[in-house]
Amino acid sequence: MTDLVRLSRKARLWIIAAPFFWLGIFFLLPFGIVLKISFSEALLAVPPYTEILSQAADGWHLQATLANYRFLFTDNLYVLAFLNSLKIAAISTFICLCIAYPVALGAARASPRTRNLLLLLIVLPSWTSFLIRVYAWVGILGTNGHLNQLLLSLGLINSPLVILRTDLAIYIGIVYTYLPFMVLPLYASLSRLDWRLVEAAADLGARPWRCLVNIVLPLSRPGIVAGCLLVFIPATGEFVIPELLGGPDTLMLGKLIWQEFFSNRDWPLAAAVSMLLLILLLAPIAVYARAQGPGTGAVAATALRPGDRGGAP
Amino acid sequence: MDGNQDGALTASPAFVELRGLERRFDGVAAVAGVSLGIRRGEILAILGPSGCGKSTLLRLIAGFEEPDAGEIRIEGQSMAGLPPYRRPVNTMFQSYALFPHMTVAQNVAFGLKQDSLSAQQVSERTTEALALVRMEQHRDRRPEQLSGGQQQRAALARSLAKSPKLLLLDEPMAALDRQLRAEMQFELAEIIRRVRVTCVLVTHDQEEAMAMADRLALMRDGELVQTGSPADVYAMPNCRFSAEFLGEVNLFNGQLGEAGDGQLVFDTPDLSDSIEVAGADSLPAGTDCSLAVRPEKIVLSDAPLDQQYISREAIVEDFAFLGGRTRYHLRLASGRTITAVSPESAAASGLTHGQPIEVGWRIRDAVLLADG
Repeated sequence: MTDLVRLSRKARLWIIAAPFFWLGIFFLLPFGIVLKISFSEALLAVPPYTEILSQAADGWHLQATLANYRFLFTDNLYVLAFLNSLKIAAISTFICLCIAYPVALGAARASPRTRNLLLLLIVLPSWTSFLIRVYAWVGILGTNGHLNQLLLSLGLINSPLVILRTDLAIYIGIVYTYLPFMVLPLYASLSRLDWRLVEAAADLGARPWRCLVNIVLPLSRPGIVAGCLLVFIPATGEFVIPELLGGPDTLMLGKLIWQEFFSNRDWPLAAAVSMLLLILLLAPIAVYARAQGPGTGAVAATALRPGDRGGAP
Repeated sequence: MDGNQDGALTASPAFVELRGLERRFDGVAAVAGVSLGIRRGEILAILGPSGCGKSTLLRLIAGFEEPDAGEIRIEGQSMAGLPPYRRPVNTMFQSYALFPHMTVAQNVAFGLKQDSLSAQQVSERTTEALALVRMEQHRDRRPEQLSGGQQQRAALARSLAKSPKLLLLDEPMAALDRQLRAEMQFELAEIIRRVRVTCVLVTHDQEEAMAMADRLALMRDGELVQTGSPADVYAMPNCRFSAEFLGEVNLFNGQLGEAGDGQLVFDTPDLSDSIEVAGADSLPAGTDCSLAVRPEKIVLSDAPLDQQYISREAIVEDFAFLGGRTRYHLRLASGRTITAVSPESAAASGLTHGQPIEVGWRIRDAVLLADG
């Protein structure tokens, strides 16, 4: 921080400009293009949509339409997909939280050596390709998959369970994939927690359960919020997991966008769905910003950067 | 190694009794056999340098650590196996450990809410505790909005709210700046005496211990070195460590010798001739010991002192005016420099650098220490 202050004004400007430049090129520009497409009409051409602005002899013509957005609310397929995406993401996030909290708590309270090992084990699976890991679940959950074979050979079931191509498989896939994103911010929060406060609570007569509910949980709220967002947001727009593990009648936004883009080649409609998804996800981010209060940036940054204290790889 | 006055735990059991307490970490004893009785209503200061085991002792009493040997009894009831939340003990932590997500009033009420009290009782006793430390007007503030002194008062209110049988203070002044310390020492001790709670205070600061406590327990390397009232321990240290840790002291190393008439005398190269000492009766001649003389017991004079005094010639090497008192560095004929503190300034007594002078102390003001 002090080093940053000591830099010349010009150098400081360059350093600050770099991330903005990055965001401008790789986020704002594509966002603008998608936004533009969402107001155009589908066309059988390359590219498959009409230009909003066109130049004619008598000057510039603006030809934007809200038809795509209107269509989203007339066909309840999209509304259902929205609601279903939210439901699946919310339930997955909650399951992730329930599993990750004890894990993070255990890691934060472990000795430094065990702690690093635990964190490594949590992060290790993400060193292989996401796609391969989801495919592996196809092999595990299938009718003749490893899970069913195991249960059959143990005599626990008589006929194979149908898990693959159901919502249950989607939940398993999402929880499995996004668990590290929940564990790490929670761990960051819990490892920074002042455990003397917990001792103080015990000293004042609070049993372990009350210490957890009244002291540890409220003080790890930034980690809980960060973890929930890191799981909820990508889970809402998830495409690969419902595509590979889910059934054909499972409606999720990610799948829908993919279908509109590639199967129907209706780019404007796909763009409109994407925009709506984005607006939908802004809501929880706003909640997050509020929950953090002033100085959000720093807290959010530390919550999202769990490695800097605990020594996560 | 137990102290002089307080060894007797046998007669009537003390309010709080520590018996043969031991706690080891990786084989190293942090607390090595501490036995101590704490009287009802007293403020006892456990004093010692950092790493002497005083904090571990406090954690043993609070229940954050279990002893490897020995036991703790409060009003005769053994604390063995009782977790912190079931002990009639509350602690004011060094960092205060106020809950940052709660207001002052919520902090104070937290302990009360753990007991089966009605909401009205909780609120009444919270208000009472806040009034005790004069924090009523800050009850809805969060800890981060309070000054250091206010945080300390809030922490005190929280630890007193449950009317514990025993109050523990862990380095209570460590988080405060210098000016505030003296003020809060007085105020804290006053509040604790007013509610008549028995209190054990842990500190490395001798001034704090002497200012607040009725009794001191001096600790070193996990063991008790001496217990007694601050005045007694200061006047009659039982070893070099006590003498040096509590206040300033001039120490002379030497040996006990026998004068012609069977009277024991103290020989030290620092003082040229053997001198008469008090309190050597229990020691055999030939014992290595040291003689402790407090700087304020050293008298400066123009003429030789009478026979109640040990008297030597010296040269005023240096002096420092400290306001209410002046510190003199005096060089004896042996070359040894001793420190004297006098309410008289150098100007008032007409002393200058290099001036020859007679220095001495009353024989009974010097304490003979047996640990050489």
